[in-house]
Amino acid sequence: MNAVRSKGLGLLAWFLGIVFFLPIAWMALTSFHSETDAATNPPSFTAPLTLDGYRDFFGVGGGASPWPSLINSAVASVSSTLLVLLLALPAAYALSIRRVRKWTDVLFFFLSTKMLPAVAGLLPVYLFAKNTGLLDNIWLLVLLYTSMNLPIAVWMMQSFLAEVPVAVIEAARVDGARLPTILLRVVAPIALPGIAATALICFIFSWNELLFARVLTGVVAETAPVFLTGFITSQGLFLAKVCAASLVISLPVLAAGFAVQDKLVQGLSLGAVK
Amino acid sequence: MTITTPVVATPVRAPAKPPRNRVRAWATRAPLLPALVFLIAVTQLPFVATVVISLFDWNALYPDARRFTGLDNYRQVLTDPDLRHSVWTTALLTASVVIASLLLGLALALLLDRRFKGRGIVRTLLIAPFLVVPVAAALLWKHVLYNPEYGLLNGLLSYVGGPQRDWISGTPLLAVEAALVWQWTPFMMLILLAGLQSRDREQIEAARVDGAGDWQVFRHLTLPHLRRYLELGALLGSIHIVQNFDAVFTITSGGLGTANLPYTVYQSFYQAHENGLASAAGVLVVIGSLVIATLALRVVSSLFREEVSRA
Repeated sequence: MNAVRSKGLGLLAWFLGIVFFLPIAWMALTSFHSETDAATNPPSFTAPLTLDGYRDFFGVGGGASPWPSLINSAVASVSSTLLVLLLALPAAYALSIRRVRKWTDVLFFFLSTKMLPAVAGLLPVYLFAKNTGLLDNIWLLVLLYTSMNLPIAVWMMQSFLAEVPVAVIEAARVDGARLPTILLRVVAPIALPGIAATALICFIFSWNELLFARVLTGVVAETAPVFLTGFITSQGLFLAKVCAASLVISLPVLAAGFAVQDKLVQGLSLGAVK
Repeated sequence: MTITTPVVATPVRAPAKPPRNRVRAWATRAPLLPALVFLIAVTQLPFVATVVISLFDWNALYPDARRFTGLDNYRQVLTDPDLRHSVWTTALLTASVVIASLLLGLALALLLDRRFKGRGIVRTLLIAPFLVVPVAAALLWKHVLYNPEYGLLNGLLSYVGGPQRDWISGTPLLAVEAALVWQWTPFMMLILLAGLQSRDREQIEAARVDGAGDWQVFRHLTLPHLRRYLELGALLGSIHIVQNFDAVFTITSGGLGTANLPYTVYQSFYQAHENGLASAAGVLVVIGSLVIATLALRVVSSLFREEVSRA
């Protein structure tokens, strides 16, 4: 009896997993249909597959090319992730290995900045950018994304660095190792997976961001999510294209997210849950 | 941000200590400074500017007519029926999405906590909705699922001879909420699953030996243990959903009574060019978030203190 119930609950989990995944699977299938086959009711599961949706998305044979926006997104996400690491690593070091006084207070200050809604500072940033000619400039987004992700990165890396056993560091110090050696030889190997996960999560958040990009960029610095907003009013004539676009633009995030599945929780809950 | 009263760096208390100690104290703090200075400059300063602008009557199209009006913008924001409606919408949207995704996430986490064939695959399938770029997810719901003529929902209904509906104009807020619940349930599931897996197995075994049934174990052991994780999920979810812009902007463009506060702020300065009013609304969003954030910090800190004391 118990075995039957257990099996039933396993099947239920499978069923719900498929239900949640169904919209994505359907989006993937539709992206490989021709526009006419994509827009039928009832839906067709057996329509012939084609790459037309992808060709249209990449602007082959007319239409705006998504490449500039994809490149902008890559530049903004990768640069801000690097800048975040550059700022967060020393801070995390001071908060975990070489504990400053009142380190928990400092940690909570970082967290509290994360809770300031983006709209709270948007207008001054916009006016500042307009007056300094930084409007439609990708590097302004890099700075904003860095401030958006810095608190998360400090929290996560603090918890990853704190996992390095003090005894090992002490032992290295007794053996006469200096700080750079300790960091490179002792701390880095243990904390590296955590640092990599932090970087990927920061990348995901920057890649996804819409509000700042929408307000502060235009023609030159348009990012991929802003490019996607071009499809908001298209009346389904381009269903396959919309699906192809959504999938291609989500692909880096899906890849990064699956890669850090285990660390994802810790990052998203700001290190509060392990 | 301005919510907590954090101490950035306490000055050395005893002035009698030799200066070498002070040098060492600053050497310890130095690695923190770049990150702190950067964050204060990029997040706190603009907010202060927003507060200042909110005290001015300032339309960007008539910059010469700018003048100080005190709290007038706030009065206007709070008495404008549209804006009051968007306050209500924000509360409704946040509460319903958080509660629904939390309950669904709990059910899924309980299912995934059991051993069954292909658990890893199911987990991966369930995480996926959270990993679709938010604008793309909103587009997927708007065009691919909700479209009344060739959307999947009506398509599946027509297979079984069900009624055809216009999902977005029929129940616009529900349409936005469903899309958000779909995206946020995986997040809740992940946090609650981490909570479930940190339970004390021996305690549960002992309770079972004493003859406790599934429901009793859940009610008296699992649920109390999960409380903190439920709170954490609810509060982190609230912080994000209160600020939601992507789904509202994409699915309904704030129409049909779905404009929440972030969308309204965006609209009042992007389209109406009312800088002062937009800033006042922005400050009100912050005050709203303040309540949630204070609670969130308390929850995170209690979990965190537990972690620190365990280590």
